[in-house]
Amino acid sequence: MQTHKAKRVEITIEGVMQSRLTDALKKAGVTGYTVLPVLGGSGKSGEWSRAGQVSRASGMVQVICIIRPERLDGLLEGAFAVVERHIGVVSVTDCDVLRAERF
Amino acid sequence: MENLFSLAADNLVSPIILSFVLGVAASLARSDLSIPEAAAKALSIYLLFAIGFKGGVSVAAHGIDARLGLALLAGIILSAALPLVAFGLLRVMTAMSRLDAAAVAAHYGSISIVTFVAATSVLESRGIAAEGYMVAVAAAMEAPAILSALWLVARGGGGDSKGMDGALMREIMLNGSIVLLVGAFLIGWATGEEGLAEISSFIVSPFKGVLCLFLLDMGLVAGRGLRQGGGILTPSVLAFGVLMPLIGAAAGLATALALGLTPGGVTLMMVLSASASYIAVPAAMRVALPEANPSLYLTLSLGVTFPFNLTLGIPLYVAVAQAVTGG
Repeated sequence: MQTHKAKRVEITIEGVMQSRLTDALKKAGVTGYTVLPVLGGSGKSGEWSRAGQVSRASGMVQVICIIRPERLDGLLEGAFAVVERHIGVVSVTDCDVLRAERF
Repeated sequence: MENLFSLAADNLVSPIILSFVLGVAASLARSDLSIPEAAAKALSIYLLFAIGFKGGVSVAAHGIDARLGLALLAGIILSAALPLVAFGLLRVMTAMSRLDAAAVAAHYGSISIVTFVAATSVLESRGIAAEGYMVAVAAAMEAPAILSALWLVARGGGGDSKGMDGALMREIMLNGSIVLLVGAFLIGWATGEEGLAEISSFIVSPFKGVLCLFLLDMGLVAGRGLRQGGGILTPSVLAFGVLMPLIGAAAGLATALALGLTPGGVTLMMVLSASASYIAVPAAMRVALPEANPSLYLTLSLGVTFPFNLTLGIPLYVAVAQAVTGG
């Protein structure tokens, strides 16, 4: 089956920054993304878990978007302006998609 | 003094406090006991709706007077001023950076609605009346402290502050807790005693049972916070977490007496001034001051000041309010 090269960008960020990040993605022309809740983890700021948090300040989400390679730089610039000073991880991986016109 | 000890003893062996203690103990013992996230949210929605509604009904029954406006104004001023006191104390008592001290200070100007709900429950069980509009004062005291903290950071150079943009202001003013509390207050005010009679089997009778479950969850969270962030609690930081609510309560007492509030109203003003936020302010600090250490302010407000107010603070504030008002 014919597949097409694309970039998969995963941004794990604090829940309070979610809407700011997705707004920045839209401004960068990225209209398709998926937001997933993050159950817990461990990193530079220590171990944490979503269970029992009373404040949404403590929650994390993961925003995933798959885009054409030529749009990557614009996305990263927009996203970095939002996530630069916050706890989180940004990663980019190569992937293949079936329907290129959707990205 | 006898009254104070009696109140404290009654409070400590109440189902509400013992539920909280159970949560803390279970968490410290690393039990897998947990309240599902959605259930905890539903419990908090119930409590906010019930407390807001009952406050509105009380205003409908007793009418409003000039004190309502003055109490709102006083609450806003207290919320804005207390962070300045907290900031000064933190800088003198602890080795906290300016940024961390400002972030912590914001929490102590804002309020804990759960502490307010618990205090209301204690007043009700003792038959002490309070002004229904104190619910609106609680809502008004959420945000000004955040502005004070951002001003403190900006005054010190401001390089670490993102400041207050329109989106953040909207999130703070329209956060779900405030909208629900004020909305339920207005519904209660509009429908009065008749409205309360229609739903009292839902919002009055089960109230304390729901509060027990919610405080069980708060205990689990507080215990987890102490376990994970206990290392940052140096003796001076810990002392601040107990001293600041007493200073806040004293400021609330003076303000409430100047306003001429009832003993219940005086108690609630003391509780609001003594409590520290752990919902609205941490979220605002993560956006506006992301470099400030969240472990510091969450552990202090939720792991130290909240349990202090819940177990010892509330009976102390009730006893003092009764003593000075003769109520």
